[in-house]
Amino acid sequence: MGEAIVITSGKGGVGKTTTSANIGTALALMEKKVCLIDTDIGLRNLDVVMGLENRIIYDIVDVIEGRCKLKQALIRDKRFECLSLLPAAQTSDKTAVTSEGMKEIIAELKQEYDYIIIDCPAGIEQGFQNAVAGADRAIVVTTPEKASVRDADRIIGLLEKEEMIESPRLIINRIRNHMIKSGDMIDVDDIVQLLSIELIGIVIDDEEVIKASNKGEPVALTPNSKASIAYRNIARRILGESVPLQSLEDEKGMFQRVKKFFKIGS
Amino acid sequence: MLDKKQLVTIKGTREGLILFIDETCSFNEAITELHDKINSSKPKHDEPIVSVTVKLGNRYLKTEHEERLREIISIENRFEIYAIESDVILKEDALRWKENSDVKIVNRIIRSGQVLNISGDLLLIGDVNPGGKVIATGNVYIMGNLYGIAHAGVNGDQNAFIIASYMKPTQLRIANYISRAPDYESEGVYMECGVIDDEQDKIIIDRLQVLARKRLELNGFERRIQNG
Repeated sequence: MGEAIVITSGKGGVGKTTTSANIGTALALMEKKVCLIDTDIGLRNLDVVMGLENRIIYDIVDVIEGRCKLKQALIRDKRFECLSLLPAAQTSDKTAVTSEGMKEIIAELKQEYDYIIIDCPAGIEQGFQNAVAGADRAIVVTTPEKASVRDADRIIGLLEKEEMIESPRLIINRIRNHMIKSGDMIDVDDIVQLLSIELIGIVIDDEEVIKASNKGEPVALTPNSKASIAYRNIARRILGESVPLQSLEDEKGMFQRVKKFFKIGS
Repeated sequence: MLDKKQLVTIKGTREGLILFIDETCSFNEAITELHDKINSSKPKHDEPIVSVTVKLGNRYLKTEHEERLREIISIENRFEIYAIESDVILKEDALRWKENSDVKIVNRIIRSGQVLNISGDLLLIGDVNPGGKVIATGNVYIMGNLYGIAHAGVNGDQNAFIIASYMKPTQLRIANYISRAPDYESEGVYMECGVIDDEQDKIIIDRLQVLARKRLELNGFERRIQNG
């Protein structure tokens, strides 16, 4: 019996889709059976980030409206046998998707897969309700910006009303260490204290992420970029391993050591 | 024939008259007797208005009865009603009093978009995050960080106050006063209180110790019984 995890944030553009793609990929790297679900009807892009756009034949609305079987709509990833994607609809009517429909789909997928990663749309309307409906756990993504933290707080409040196995966990994305040091960006500790939920990972702002998603190759596949390690650590924590949460200083120190080792940078 | 028991007794004091109304007779009997008594003495010229306290004993007056009583006593402008005192109140009134004087303990985080509405005093063990709001008819005590909005004395109690372990609120509201955070970036304060300052006629934030001087009647139940 698998576990469904919804990736959500409230605010748009903080990296829900990138996080979904990379956590899914990282779990697949550890040989778990993973299914990604894109629930952003009308604005799908998980398929683009995964580089699977050209393989879509059926989508989630087709499944809910009974035009195809669930298995027909699932797209097998080109790199991993064990990774699949259920794409969102681009054109169909978004009112077709209901909480009940989502619950059914997820219950069916849980028989087959170890992890179901649900990419949630921005906002707190029906799309959010649908994405959250079938989930067992939630991961909230935020960036170190006031507006994004505020929305994350709102979302956590809404998630606490849902029936979940445990309280949501937090990923802080796009951290720029030099800005935190100069006091221009909110500190990780301050965010964790304010939101008071468990931190499951921090991801440094990394150009590799943009490069990778433009190529349709999730960054978690690259061997040693900063963001890639961060996503793989998050996946290990989801599996229950206790990977120490590197503080920013340590992380920077570690990268500097790596840089020094290769004699680049200062 | 036995002397008929007096239903209405009048007693004079320095502050004015005290009017005892027997608690066992019917309201109509009492009111008739009272009416006769008042009418029997014709007012002298230039007599000052006398203040009257009505003591009802174990009698509960309905609104229409109270109106009639007031009407009769205030007739011809000779008397002025200072208070109508009864030893009994309705159970629902008593419950409402208790409700409004209890300290409600809430143990959670008030997150952005959430509103906590309490009658009586609020003791919140947890934070009020930015965008969150707590409202109480009495005082607000927060053991945690106050970043959002706190509104004390929402029904107009200007003596209500707000205290927090750490205060950096978006807004403080007490009764119908509102104060907001300054536009410049500022540090919050630890263990302070927000009260209405009568001299400046606005909400000020001050050390907790000033409450000992400014709000002596902290004991909730009696305070609010006095306030009705």
